[in-house]
Amino acid sequence: MCGPGRRTTPPPLSFMLRFLLTRVSLIVPTFIGITLLVFVLVRLIPGDPIETMAGERGIDATLHERLRHEYGFDRPVIVQYGLYLQRLIHGDLGRSIVTHKPVIEEFASLFPATIELSVCAILFALCIGIPVGVLAAVRRNSIFDHGVMALTLTGYSMPIFWWGLLLILLFSVQLGWTPVSGHIAFIYFIEPKTGFLLIDTLLAGNTAAFWSAVGHLVLPAIVLGTVPLAVIARMTRSAMLEVLGEDYIRTARAKGLSNARVVAVHAFRNALIPIVTVIGLQVGVLFTGAILTETIFSWPGVGKWLIEGIGRRDYPVLQGGTLLIGAIIMTVNLLVDLTYGLINPRIRHTR
Amino acid sequence: MSAGALDTPHQPPGPLAELIRDFRRNTGAVVGLSVIVGLIVLAVAANIVAPYDPDATNQAAFLKPPFWQAGGSFAHLLGTDAIGRDMLSRLIFGARLSLLIGAAVVTLSVITGTVLGLIAGYVRGATEIAIMRLMDIILTLPSLLLAIVIVAILGPGIMNALLAVAIVQLPHYVRIARAAVITEVAKDYVTAARVSGAGSVRLLIKEVLPNCAAPLIVQATLGISTAILDAAALGFLGLGAQPPTPEWGTMLADAREFILRAWWVVTLPGLMILLTVLAFNVAGDGLRDALDPKLKQ
Repeated sequence: MCGPGRRTTPPPLSFMLRFLLTRVSLIVPTFIGITLLVFVLVRLIPGDPIETMAGERGIDATLHERLRHEYGFDRPVIVQYGLYLQRLIHGDLGRSIVTHKPVIEEFASLFPATIELSVCAILFALCIGIPVGVLAAVRRNSIFDHGVMALTLTGYSMPIFWWGLLLILLFSVQLGWTPVSGHIAFIYFIEPKTGFLLIDTLLAGNTAAFWSAVGHLVLPAIVLGTVPLAVIARMTRSAMLEVLGEDYIRTARAKGLSNARVVAVHAFRNALIPIVTVIGLQVGVLFTGAILTETIFSWPGVGKWLIEGIGRRDYPVLQGGTLLIGAIIMTVNLLVDLTYGLINPRIRHTR
Repeated sequence: MSAGALDTPHQPPGPLAELIRDFRRNTGAVVGLSVIVGLIVLAVAANIVAPYDPDATNQAAFLKPPFWQAGGSFAHLLGTDAIGRDMLSRLIFGARLSLLIGAAVVTLSVITGTVLGLIAGYVRGATEIAIMRLMDIILTLPSLLLAIVIVAILGPGIMNALLAVAIVQLPHYVRIARAAVITEVAKDYVTAARVSGAGSVRLLIKEVLPNCAAPLIVQATLGISTAILDAAALGFLGLGAQPPTPEWGTMLADAREFILRAWWVVTLPGLMILLTVLAFNVAGDGLRDALDPKLKQ
């Protein structure tokens, strides 16, 4: 049992450390598993990797032997896996078969565009999803509530590759409001500093380029944000409904607090915990969506890069990209877990 | 109390009757189910209902609009695509394909997933750790990315796409089955069955499995919608069904270049995907509420 004084003290450092270590110890095996999976999957590809690298021109036998030895393909598989892990620790994910650039460099140069798109998508989802979910819960069983539930279920079921085409058809083709595809109009050349075009154009002081970048971003962000928007709105609604039924809400109302204050301060803050969790879970959804969205809008991010990698049979790209995306998702999940522990004292104290 | 009091008027409804009653209270779910039934009828009767062969091209009618638009005709109710194939027929055959994919994926992953989950929960130890870690990995990677990687390795095509989507869905069923085994095996009735000489397999199938049937059925219904969506996405990316197969996602990919000239070739296949997925989601939600009120959101 906690004494009354215990509640106000911050969580002991040793406790947070243990919490962190437990979580990390859980994700390390998963990460090793992903490296193994990616390694095995690429070994399953039919055909000789050296010949694949050499392309259609073929390769003579001595060079073939030398390359086999250089890449370690003549060693036992377990040794090959060891070598792969060793290179991995040194940040070496291999080179693209097509461009011959290191996979990690290509990923790093394209990733900001994906982040830019994803952040805008999730902001769009939050700015609409949370207020709509709260309102639907407050006006439970009203027409607004039923409308929100129907629309969010539709959004949740949406094939986003089609949704993107529909929006292009409406806003780019019919109305001519937004460009059809790309990251920015070709006439602008912006020196990449951060890799985020919205920031780079502002840093360069080029307002026209900034608005061009915004125009290119709007439709992809809406398309990518649609499924998270639906999930967040539904989650907010159900979390709010649960909290609004609690006794302390009745107490707050009985004290004579205004409805707005009860909803915003007493209910919403407590409903935030499941909402934060669900936002964290959207990271995987965003990556899945980014693959499709970037393909439709020719957005120069990692999703389009992976799809092009498949088309060119560029296996190092596929292998490295998958591994990096897995690592990013696991890191975000870990951060969400930690935030969760920070904002919800019950989690800290029960473990 | 007379013996007659136990007769029909006071008899509680059977579990199935109760399920149907609860499900019918949910209007949305009933509508969803009706759409599904309609789609199944269309899919089964595709050969009779569809006015044309889905692959037959009509040289005289490229990109004809639907009948209500200028230039459209009743010969092709929903118009034709870029090489003169009848849209309506292709959409109907697409329904057959999508429903088959959904059913096949779910059958495959429910059976495999349940068996893996039962084994993990019953055997425990290293086997359980291995199975559950593998499931964690599958869950960590974005579903479409993993499916893409699998298809990239196996090669594009409808069967490989189906297999990839089934693998991606496995973890849900494994988790449900494993959780059921772990809670049920400790209970007295399972011990009783074991004492009376029931073997492991019988124990798992007759005693444990019925306990997780409800969540498995709900997950399977929702899984069909995910399967249809993922398979269509793979088709759209050129990794699923290959042209000229009348698969909705593949049709969309073909139609992309005609977006400026022919809205119907872009709009209609996607609308079918949305309608089907939505119907399964609504019906699945209704089924969950009817089967297991505890899970109700």
